[in-house]
Amino acid sequence: MTEPVIVLEDVSKVYRLGPIAVHALRGISLEIEHGDLVAVMGSSGSGKSTLMNIIGCLDLPTSGRYLLDGVDVRDYPEDELADVRNRRIGFVFQSFNLVPRSSALANVELPLAYGGVPRTQRRPRAEWALAEVGLADRAGHQPSELSGGQQQRTALARALVTNPSVLLADEPTGNLDTVSTSEILRIFGRLNYEGRTIILITHEEEVTSHAKRIVWLSDGRVVDDTRVCPVDAPPPNFDELEAAP
Amino acid sequence: MIWRESLRIALQGLLTNRLRTGLTILGMLIGVAAVIILIAVGDGSSRAVQQRIESLGTNVLLVLHRGGGGFRSAGPALSTPLTQADAHAVGDPNSAPDVASVSPAVNAAVTMVANGTSYSPQQFVGTTPSYFTAHSYQTAAGNFFDATDLAGHNPVVVLGQTVVANLFGGQNPVGQSVRINGANFQVVGVTGRKGSNGFQDQDDVAIAPLPAVEDAITGYGSLNSITVQARSQGQLDAATAEVTSILESRHHITNPAQADFRVLNQGALLQTSSATGQVFTTLLGVVAAISLLVAGIGVMNIMLVTVTERTREIGIRKALGARKSDILAQFLIEAVLLSVFGGLMGAGAGIVGSQFQIAGVQPYVQAYSVILAFGVAVVIGLFFGLYPANRAASLQPIEALRFE
Repeated sequence: MTEPVIVLEDVSKVYRLGPIAVHALRGISLEIEHGDLVAVMGSSGSGKSTLMNIIGCLDLPTSGRYLLDGVDVRDYPEDELADVRNRRIGFVFQSFNLVPRSSALANVELPLAYGGVPRTQRRPRAEWALAEVGLADRAGHQPSELSGGQQQRTALARALVTNPSVLLADEPTGNLDTVSTSEILRIFGRLNYEGRTIILITHEEEVTSHAKRIVWLSDGRVVDDTRVCPVDAPPPNFDELEAAP
Repeated sequence: MIWRESLRIALQGLLTNRLRTGLTILGMLIGVAAVIILIAVGDGSSRAVQQRIESLGTNVLLVLHRGGGGFRSAGPALSTPLTQADAHAVGDPNSAPDVASVSPAVNAAVTMVANGTSYSPQQFVGTTPSYFTAHSYQTAAGNFFDATDLAGHNPVVVLGQTVVANLFGGQNPVGQSVRINGANFQVVGVTGRKGSNGFQDQDDVAIAPLPAVEDAITGYGSLNSITVQARSQGQLDAATAEVTSILESRHHITNPAQADFRVLNQGALLQTSSATGQVFTTLLGVVAAISLLVAGIGVMNIMLVTVTERTREIGIRKALGARKSDILAQFLIEAVLLSVFGGLMGAGAGIVGSQFQIAGVQPYVQAYSVILAFGVAVVIGLFFGLYPANRAASLQPIEALRFE
């Protein structure tokens, strides 16, 4: 068995708001393997967003260890953390978070630009990523000219383009209608089928029905961890033909 | 990230908010243009003053009699007027080797009549031919009188342009006759135009040989002034010292403070005026620099607004792997672009604006002021852009992403 992509060892996170200490995470231990599709569930305030920020290297744990690809991220200086976010992690946010007034293609090219990929190579890679999410024909559109589902697919292409170890999605379907939601979930399913590790943070049942493993958080602790199907199996509710781009 | 990429992103940022960008650039433009124009005005006016002083004559000392009210109080105990003998002594090449020429002069208030028109020039001078060179007079028509006229007591006169205009209606007067206080003088020459020296019209003058003037108008008495020309600019001070010591001994002066004459040094006058001019120019420059500083604060203000407005975008960029330096570069380039555009346009506006007369002064643009104003504008953009850019770069990605 290969080494897990993500290892959390007794991770806690305490925010200090003046004199009050808020315990967002209280000792979480978790391992996530290559090719898994994990849904992290929990009510609001359960610490799932904090967990995502720590896994995504946007935030550092107060105590405990977090190993990404076997390396403790606490050892990284700020600039190297930026590079980790750039190369190893792809983010998808609930509110899409596209850069306004930049075309879909420019948005997808952005991580490559920060990664130092030459201009001539960026264009074809960004076009490939947009094709992966079925948006090849919308490359020149600005975010304001795209529907919610299309914006989220652009964000997905942007997360995908650097070929990261992990795709992290925080409530990716939270702002979408049912049609767009199933579209996005189909893409996630296919990407996982192609071997990508995906972590979805959500509170929607429909999203969890596509996951191979479901982790429940409550009050900063893991309260339940269910494996739905093996890591090397296709994700549940996955139709290979239907999911083709 | 390649800096060309940062430049593209920064340009895009500026184009997003055209009105705001335009107004900030306008502020910078005004600041830079003000520096260039005001320094040009300062330079132009001090140049004008220097030209006037130089037109008084080159390397010239003026010896004047000092007396009058001084008799009873702190003035000289014995006041001896300046005489021809004084002038002669000052011109002695042995005791005054740095003196090139000496022109004794008498002044008189006269009325000149020609062809039934009468006119009183501001200045009527009886002197020697060397006076013309010492005071840098040129001939516009005819000739100046010479040593023969001096020796022969010839009643001839050289007129300034203003006098010619008033007496002869601008016609060439050479060869004509003019009555000066009742005595007949023949016009032999006209001086070239010298303009005003700031105090008086230097063309409102008539100059005649000293002996003829003494014969016909003033009588044989004291001199009003002695114009001494030094051999060169560098010998002015030496000549001043020589003239002073010769006259002190001739006039039996023991206490220099109580001398009955004054020696005015044109070089010293020039120095004083150029020092004054520099102070004036500096003052104008400082006033303009303040407007440049205000423009810089404008840049900072706008950049702070931009950073706040785009906090979320900064968060996104950081989440996508932008390093601190990438964000810093993006906003710093934006600030510098604002000041570079403003600076370039301000330099253009300043140069164009300096082509016009301002408050009666023809501004004189100097290359250094353009380069300085532009350079300072860019540095100001950099300086005032640094704080907002650094603030943007130091934002924590999660904080920035949460920002609404």
